[in-house]
Amino acid sequence: MPSSHEPKTGPEPAAGGTAPILQMRGISKTFPGVRALNGVELTVYPGEVHALMGENGAGKSTLMKILSGAYIADPGGEISVNGQPVHITGPTSAKAHGIAIIYQELSLSPNLTVAENIYLGREVRRGLAVDRAAMFAGCADVLARLGATFGPRTPVGDLSIAERQMVEVARAIHAHSRILVMDEPTTALSNRETRRLFDLILRLKAEGLAIIYISHRMAEVYELAERVSVLRDGGYVGTLDRTDLRPETIVRMMVGRDLSSFYKKEHGGGALGPAVLEVSGLSDGKRVKSGSFVVHAGEVVGLAGLVGAGRTELARLIYGSEPHIAGRITLDGKQVSFRTPSEAIDAGLVYLTEDRKAQGLFLDMTVGDNINLGVIGRDAALGVWLDRGRARQRALSAIKALTIRVTGPDVEVGALSGGNQQKVLLSRLLETQPKVLILDEPTRGVDVGAKSEIYRIIDELAKRGAAILVISSELPEVVGVADRVVVMREGETMGEVGGNTGIEITEQNIMALATGVDMSKVAA
Amino acid sequence: MSNSTSGGGPAITGPVAANARATRQASMRALVRAVGMLPVLVILGGLVQVGGIYLTGEGRFLSWQNLSIVAQQASVNAVLAAGMTFVILTGGIDLSVGSILAASAMIGLIGSIDYGYLGLALALLMGLVMGLANGALIAFVRLPPFIVTLGSLTAIRGIARLLGNDTTVFNSDLSFAWIGNDNLTIGPISVPWLIIIAFLVIFASWLILRRTVLGVHIYAVGGNESAARLSGIKVWAVLLFVYGASGVLAGLGGAMQAARLYAANGLQLGQSYELDAIAAVIVGGTSFVGGIGSIWGTLIGALIIAVLNNGLILLGVSDVWQYIIKGAVIIGAVALDRYRLRGSART
Repeated sequence: MPSSHEPKTGPEPAAGGTAPILQMRGISKTFPGVRALNGVELTVYPGEVHALMGENGAGKSTLMKILSGAYIADPGGEISVNGQPVHITGPTSAKAHGIAIIYQELSLSPNLTVAENIYLGREVRRGLAVDRAAMFAGCADVLARLGATFGPRTPVGDLSIAERQMVEVARAIHAHSRILVMDEPTTALSNRETRRLFDLILRLKAEGLAIIYISHRMAEVYELAERVSVLRDGGYVGTLDRTDLRPETIVRMMVGRDLSSFYKKEHGGGALGPAVLEVSGLSDGKRVKSGSFVVHAGEVVGLAGLVGAGRTELARLIYGSEPHIAGRITLDGKQVSFRTPSEAIDAGLVYLTEDRKAQGLFLDMTVGDNINLGVIGRDAALGVWLDRGRARQRALSAIKALTIRVTGPDVEVGALSGGNQQKVLLSRLLETQPKVLILDEPTRGVDVGAKSEIYRIIDELAKRGAAILVISSELPEVVGVADRVVVMREGETMGEVGGNTGIEITEQNIMALATGVDMSKVAA
Repeated sequence: MSNSTSGGGPAITGPVAANARATRQASMRALVRAVGMLPVLVILGGLVQVGGIYLTGEGRFLSWQNLSIVAQQASVNAVLAAGMTFVILTGGIDLSVGSILAASAMIGLIGSIDYGYLGLALALLMGLVMGLANGALIAFVRLPPFIVTLGSLTAIRGIARLLGNDTTVFNSDLSFAWIGNDNLTIGPISVPWLIIIAFLVIFASWLILRRTVLGVHIYAVGGNESAARLSGIKVWAVLLFVYGASGVLAGLGGAMQAARLYAANGLQLGQSYELDAIAAVIVGGTSFVGGIGSIWGTLIGALIIAVLNNGLILLGVSDVWQYIIKGAVIIGAVALDRYRLRGSART
């Protein structure tokens, strides 16, 4: 088996004579008033990783929902599995055809054991009772095959996100799935976990499974995929073979135009402004042991580190949403200690959460309400009565300034795409006229076009003299936007690159600090 | 420098079309929500009227006199339900309003015997203090609202009985009896004060929910509490307000009830009123998990329940069957609401 482990390098897996395991042809999907998919095709071979790319709203999810039976396609299209035309009428029939989806939001029950989750809905029974022993035995094999370090009796709630993903994969394999769809599987993983997931994907590939891999991250696609299919605005743009993969080509296919300068760094031409935010020795006694750094006016500082290094936790200490037990925070030369986020906002320090749906937005409320939420108190007459005219004005100008794609401020924010939701959240912060912005994963789950617009906004803010701290797990992003990068490891700020440190801002130099390993010696 | 991002205009027709649809959907949903249960109310009223003509030969339901009775019966529940709307909009629940109503009525009557109008103030104060106590436990000790108010439902019932030494208190010379029995007469129009008070409460609630910063914060806390906290909303203040408001309105309800009866009994008064109030809010279309709903829906919900109570008596339905029918209508109304909203629900 290990001999078939080598990634295929041929331009077309079909060249080896293999028949496609999945063919989708002329797939369209119309919702009332809008055509989400228009004649899309997708051909996937066994033993290949097929990346599906496109901006948010391009139709990737809709296509995968049709494949998994969550939506029914318009008549006219054709889906065949192993050459046989099939009708996918619902999730059960999709499963019966060997199709499984690993969702972004994991669909496991944390209170049940690994085995119970794997067997969910297909429990082994002895009479009326559930035969747990048989279930434990039955999935031990799958877990071992995937290289799991946990057993079938472990409660899923005790597992890390990466391990839970593995349980989902195990469940799919155990149900004899041959086509596996992974939707942004690495968003919540650390680098090391991502590596392990890639190993797993390669192993599944070697076993002849077909994997449809949805991701915004070019590097991953570049590393994993045999072929890449690109969708744009619900239409099929084309499929690239591995040999033709160029980041510029993919981006051009995705957005339909060139992105001449993806990252923008026009600020910071002159001398550095005064220090605005200074943090030294900040600690909560738990995840954050010691955080120290300075951000100057008009400067973009990156805060890098592996997932779990304590970056978000450090930000939350500064912002006052968690209490700190040691260290000092200085804002504009005055020592401060915020007990609540509202005190921080009043002092001109705002925080963009990494989890916009759970902690940022009010999905039932309108775009306008979401944008105005931070300032309605300031605008209100006597501090009580809403100034609705002014709120509307603010919303309209924010929609224009940040090019939020929405017909008006009265649309519910839950109906927008990820990138536009992120801009709504960002404009809520900007309305408060902050001096310091802490942006936690500002482009997570955001498509390429919106990403570059968010970089432009960050650049614009720095030009106008704001002090900005960008927390990001995407190294190219940190390298691209930051003037200086502070690196954390295991709850401590370990050092800096860029600025006047004399060390160049490169992914290698950042990783060296983040892992404590000199990458230049390892990478070769 | 005009970079490539500004040239994104033509490529975005898809999302814009989707957004236009979203706008249309949102306004459609808003309409459905605003009209909400009004058709159900009209149909119920019609059924009672026709049923009355068929069964008894005369349609007594649609007479000024009877409609006024219905409105008066709805008024106390509407006041409680207004407070309950605030609470449920934040994703909470207040099970203690019936008990608070009883305790407030008791202290109001006892106070009125010696101090006249001070009794009314005492009733409101009692409600406020009890409501704030609920709110403090929920906001600061972070206990679940269901458990806190389940506890206070029982404890405050005890307090209500304690206040009158477990007897019925009378005051035939009640200074604020006009609240429950008199009308406000302007020219030819004469409206009972109970109805006016209920309407004022509903109107004030609407003002707070739709026209003030606090109102937006209430919806925000119900929609996403952790986002509310992170975006600088003082969640504790919002929670304190909604439970305080629910308490003070239960106190007002107690004063209204006491004024109508000239009497109060700590054991019997307001028993299971919380259920009618919750039913009015839910039938009115407010989401049980918070964040979505309107005070007008609650008003219609309260009227539906009053029409049911009144209509079933008019039709001579037996007490036992009244319960069964009422329960079925509550569940059916909400199921109908779900069914109608399902098509437009997304994400």
